[in-house]
Amino acid sequence: MAQPDPRPAAGAASAIRIRGLNKWYGDFHVLRNIDLDVAKGERIVVCGPSGSGKSTLIRCINRLEQHQQGSIVVDGIELTDNLKNIDAVRSNVGMVFQHFNLFPHLTVLDNCTLAPIWVRKQPRAEAEAVARRFLERVRIAEQAPKYPGQLSGGQQQRVAIARALCMNPSIMLFDEPTSALDPEMVKEVLDTMIDLAREGMTMLCVTHEMGFARAVADRVIFMDNGEIVEQNTPEAFFGNPQNERSRQFLSQILDR
Amino acid sequence: MARLQPAAVTAAPPPAGGSRPPPGGSGPVAWMRANLFSSFWNSVATVVTLALLAWIVPKVLGWMILDASWGAGGVAQCDAVRGQGACWTVVREKFRFMLFGVYPFEQQWRPAVAVAVLCALLVVSALRRFWNRWLVLIWIVGTSTTFWLMAGGLGLPPVRSEQWGGLPVTLILAIFGIAFAFPLGILLALGRRSQLPIVRAFSVIYIEVVRGVPLITVLFMASVMFALFVPEGMRIDQLLRAQIAIILFVAAYLAEAVRGGLQAVPKGQYEAAEALGLSYWQATGLIVMPQALKISIPAIVNSFISLFKDTSLVVIIAIYDFAYAVKKSVETDFAWKKYFIEAFLFSILVYWIFCFAMSKYSQWLERELARGDRH
Repeated sequence: MAQPDPRPAAGAASAIRIRGLNKWYGDFHVLRNIDLDVAKGERIVVCGPSGSGKSTLIRCINRLEQHQQGSIVVDGIELTDNLKNIDAVRSNVGMVFQHFNLFPHLTVLDNCTLAPIWVRKQPRAEAEAVARRFLERVRIAEQAPKYPGQLSGGQQQRVAIARALCMNPSIMLFDEPTSALDPEMVKEVLDTMIDLAREGMTMLCVTHEMGFARAVADRVIFMDNGEIVEQNTPEAFFGNPQNERSRQFLSQILDR
Repeated sequence: MARLQPAAVTAAPPPAGGSRPPPGGSGPVAWMRANLFSSFWNSVATVVTLALLAWIVPKVLGWMILDASWGAGGVAQCDAVRGQGACWTVVREKFRFMLFGVYPFEQQWRPAVAVAVLCALLVVSALRRFWNRWLVLIWIVGTSTTFWLMAGGLGLPPVRSEQWGGLPVTLILAIFGIAFAFPLGILLALGRRSQLPIVRAFSVIYIEVVRGVPLITVLFMASVMFALFVPEGMRIDQLLRAQIAIILFVAAYLAEAVRGGLQAVPKGQYEAAEALGLSYWQATGLIVMPQALKISIPAIVNSFISLFKDTSLVVIIAIYDFAYAVKKSVETDFAWKKYFIEAFLFSILVYWIFCFAMSKYSQWLERELARGDRH
């Protein structure tokens, strides 16, 4: 652990290790030769133009998408067709979606306790205590008995974060968590994510929120056309992008 | 071309008053002007309809109620009002046969209690507070009580199923048809969307074949063809054959109703369930199916209502259901034969009460389940 190098070696401290990852949708080559190591506790922001494969990349990490070539090892477990491995990875990796995907027929509290009770086999009382603690942490405890449809978008996304945290994950994936939100609700979700990052959660976050990237990211990964084009610290990436495509992308999103 | 102008250009400025809606548009006169006399042709339609009603309603009311024979005075009482009033005396006279068919007369308290038990079973199953493990126990108790009462044994004189008849037979076929076809339909719907090619192929073929043939042929096949498949000497009860045929038939329709609901559940729900580590059956049972069933309530209840009425087709394999018992009750008695219309009207009323109750229940359930879902 004495390594000062911020780029992790593929050792025990590696949370995610991806080698030679390739994926196609039919004939469309959506991910090309991706190599990526994520250390435990590292916070990574993935950005890039739409269709660049960034969402597909993080959806491969919990096998919502299957890859056709290469290897993905999450917390020491390789993702293959082995269903046991897939379930083991999924229960250790929390995911937050662009459109929240809360379960509309369950209350906020039941949304949070469902997986701990059925997957982790926690007793209901214990699961509820844990859920209330996390709802408290995302500052939404008073909404516990309500249904998702009764909450605002920002509140729903915070519930979605609490729901993922209730499984006590070692890694959190965020797939454009603020892009479906009204502008005035983006901040409350980002603040929650920043809190989480400060507590040392390993995070992979697809987002264009540059303020968030600057505040917490250890590394920014820029993808285009299915490839990782550039990766660097946020200061270096935003201050002095090395690649022509990165510069073009940044000029477009910063001009908005 | 002025009508192509965007509407916003001609939109009125907001009323100065602020928060209250503009006046007018309430009260019976305003309602009638808006709904009955809004245009010349609407007014004509209203007047014609009212005239027709004024002509027909007194006639119907007179025949059905005011001039009808209600008493217990036998055929003579009906003959006295024949031509002007309905003969409800026939129902009074024949209701035991209508309700219980050829079930031994002195034992008919048993099917009467069985009907009460079946109705109680329906009501209990319909209430959300019983949707838990106890429901299985309630069904086991309710079912065994019903069949003990109907068939006898354990202290009651035995009655063979050939002698069962009337309303209990209709209720048994409908209620156990629903109870078994429903889970089978859910499995078929899931099978049709399965990733496993053999399961999918079986479900598709089953659904398409069964939906493509009339129930009456399925019943007929069940009656004559089971004999070809079971070992020599083994006899399957005729009522049981009809019951199995109905279950297998209705399951195919329910499968399609449920599949409609499954397709309406957004992909993100499956993904969220998977991302939390839920297994296929957990995700299906806890997340997807509750939402899919809620969406398909109207279609499912539609199938149940059809099933309830279609049980009357079992008459072609000589089972005495309610409709057949009503027909027989007047047909076999020369004196009462001419009052078959009143007998049929009575059977229509009974069918309608059950079907209307199902329809109302589905509306109530939709509202009940929608609570809290949206603002």
